[in-house]
Amino acid sequence: MLDFPVWKKVWFWGVALICAALALPSLFSLANAPWPSALPNAQVNLGLDLAGGSHILLEAEKGQVAQQRIENMEESVRARFQAASPRIAIGDISRTNGRLSFMLKDTSQVDAARDELVNLTTGAGLTGQRDWDIRVEDGNRFILTPTQEGLDQAVSDAMDSAIEVVRKRIDALGTREPTIIRQGDARIVVQVPGLDDPEALKQLIGQTAKLEFKMVDENAAPNDVANGIAPPGDEIVPYAEGSEVGGVSSIAVKRLGGIKGDQLTNAQQSFEQQTNRPVVSITFNQQGGAKFAELTQQNVGKRFAIILDGKVLSAPSINEPILGGSAQISGSFSVESATQLAIALRSGALPVDLTVVEERTVGPDLGADSIKKGLIAMGVGSLLVIGLMIGSYGRFGIYATAALIINVLMILGIMAQIGTTLTLPGIAGFVLTIGAAVDANVLIYERIREERKRGRRVFTSVENGYKEASRAIYDANITNFIAGVLLFAFGSGPVRGFAVVLIIGLFTSVFTGVAMTRMWVAGWLRAKRPADLTI
Amino acid sequence: MRLIKLVPDNTNIHFLRWRVPFYIISCLLIAASWGLVLTKGLNYGVDFAGGQEIQATFTEQEEAPIASLRELIGGLGYGEPVIQRFGEANEVSIRSKLPEEAEGNPGAAAQISKQITSAISTAYPDVRIDGVSTVSGKVSGEFREMAIWALGAAMLAISLYIWVRFEWQFGVGALFALFHDVSLTLGMFALFQMEFSLQIIAAILAIIGYSLNDTIVVYDRIREDLKKYRKMPLPELLDMSVNETLARTVMTSATLLVALIPLLIFGPESLFGLVAAITVGIFVGTYSSIYMAAPILIWLGVSGESFIPNESDIDRQERLARERAAKP
Repeated sequence: MLDFPVWKKVWFWGVALICAALALPSLFSLANAPWPSALPNAQVNLGLDLAGGSHILLEAEKGQVAQQRIENMEESVRARFQAASPRIAIGDISRTNGRLSFMLKDTSQVDAARDELVNLTTGAGLTGQRDWDIRVEDGNRFILTPTQEGLDQAVSDAMDSAIEVVRKRIDALGTREPTIIRQGDARIVVQVPGLDDPEALKQLIGQTAKLEFKMVDENAAPNDVANGIAPPGDEIVPYAEGSEVGGVSSIAVKRLGGIKGDQLTNAQQSFEQQTNRPVVSITFNQQGGAKFAELTQQNVGKRFAIILDGKVLSAPSINEPILGGSAQISGSFSVESATQLAIALRSGALPVDLTVVEERTVGPDLGADSIKKGLIAMGVGSLLVIGLMIGSYGRFGIYATAALIINVLMILGIMAQIGTTLTLPGIAGFVLTIGAAVDANVLIYERIREERKRGRRVFTSVENGYKEASRAIYDANITNFIAGVLLFAFGSGPVRGFAVVLIIGLFTSVFTGVAMTRMWVAGWLRAKRPADLTI
Repeated sequence: MRLIKLVPDNTNIHFLRWRVPFYIISCLLIAASWGLVLTKGLNYGVDFAGGQEIQATFTEQEEAPIASLRELIGGLGYGEPVIQRFGEANEVSIRSKLPEEAEGNPGAAAQISKQITSAISTAYPDVRIDGVSTVSGKVSGEFREMAIWALGAAMLAISLYIWVRFEWQFGVGALFALFHDVSLTLGMFALFQMEFSLQIIAAILAIIGYSLNDTIVVYDRIREDLKKYRKMPLPELLDMSVNETLARTVMTSATLLVALIPLLIFGPESLFGLVAAITVGIFVGTYSSIYMAAPILIWLGVSGESFIPNESDIDRQERLARERAAKP
């Protein structure tokens, strides 16, 4: 029991010293001291609540993706049937209840229509999964219902591209090292350390930036438009705040026949030449430019509405065809909002609206203050624990103290090495671990005291102390481990940091508090062979 | 050198003599705690209620203008904010719950927080916003659900482990002691209306862990003594086991407390609730391991027969020593 072969000593010391050495870069950095860059320098990551920064949780509305898909499907069906020969005419189109339904004007075309639809709805890729169910009712009514798999895939694709868009936008702000990860099926976590203006970031990533150009229906009765009644084939779109013209708050536009502003190669904030007001200049790619040219050619003299995220920015008249593939978006912009829109347009539209459902922002001053206060409290607490241990157990207390110091360094070193994050509750976890780690020593030493009181010899007492106490130590640590794992599994963000410190601390404190102190105690007993113990 | 002994040697306190009155008091306290939680309710922070919490420093003022802030933010029409000093006199935390009608709107919390921060920044140009937390109604609902799952799962998993390692009576005893600790901690939060946040759930899970440390140490000794003194009446045996482990119990609570109290005094304000909960939990947990976990074994009928009487090395030493002492 108290035999320690050389290999075991080397092994214990090796593990302890390597882990502890790994903590040094983190300690130097916490103390703001330079660390030689030639040496390994993995540091413990500081959580945003200590380093300062923003944690933003974005959520997408899955229903919107579904609705969007049905709208796209309607357009595809129309285009496909129009291009078919002979042309397939449809009517009575409805997009309610999460499905698309329409009637064939000519019942004899059912088979032809079905063939077209089957080709259209076979899922992309090699899996051959079907994204839509096609059903025919009453001989000539087609009902297209998205399958769950197809819908899930669509949400997943939308989230993937949303993450890309968010990343581009954050990069455009020039912030350093953002973390952008998908969480669950419809959420994105964005973490950006040290940020001057979190509000701007939120606005930028929260803006869908879906740009559309649609023709204004000049024939719509103003009264109907004001009351939200859309003439057939039209939709009523409200003006963006501050963009209303002459007290009119919304405008009727043609639902179909417009173009989307997603085929851009560039977008820049600039100034309108005559009025010197901020505008956004956009440049279409070749395909988009061609469509835009066609739209403007066919509608000279008419007005078109520039619609951003469902709000009309402005509705200028087309004075002449715009053939060069570039255009200006006017609206009631400030320089900042025009710049922001330019960034948003450059990075592409979000495929789905994202809403900020949780935000945690901590300024750098508050974080630094927390670290300072946490370290002071940890220092005072450690000194008190050490004083109590040495005062109570003498030489054995010194062993416990040495174990405690190695323990703290090991936790920090392991955290740095496996790349976990130290958060504010994590500091509380450290303090708690300092108080609790010596529990193993207390259990052992109290047992040794007891054994001595019962008249056992020194060696036997120490041996029994370690042996009899370890049962309770292991049981206690396993139950704490269970609590820690559940905390980690259910907890979020900073609270997880608390669990991480506690869990790592359980392993290291058994190693240092039980194994290493036993080695030291055994070494001392063998060297000195004391007849009595002061404990 | 004379060593400190927090507990004198060879104590023989009859803890279990008072088990019935203490049990009654404890059960009343548990009932009172739940009564408080149900009637007064927990003062949910933004994590569980939704809404926003803003920390701000007024860099050019000695003292934060709390009264006029309250008027300013109350005037925005999102309900009365809770404004408290947060650290220095010129630092405040401003918390307001999500208005009920906004609970279904996922973006509402972020919008309201934006309006509040911009209103403060306009009215007080010297203000520095140190921290903002906003949580929407949906996310806060998820946090509530998660917290209940985490607490329930932890209590059950740990009791199961004790059951497997000891006997079923010990599992029940541990579960009851844990229930006692969690109830009283919740009761304290309801009584003082301290902010109840995700951090407090972390604290309660830590309390569960540490309270159980004590329970396990006492149980481990009871098991050992049950094997050793098979004829001793149970109350006497439990008293003996508790007394034997008393020095350790007190010492461990002491080391935890001396580590935590500096954090309570010097530590960051944001940790105050968490550390306060754990500190109270240590007292409650220590008490419950002695007065809740042990006596329940009497009523559940534990006996030495529950354990296979394998004679360990130490049992043998003990027996030899007794036999030697018995010889004339």
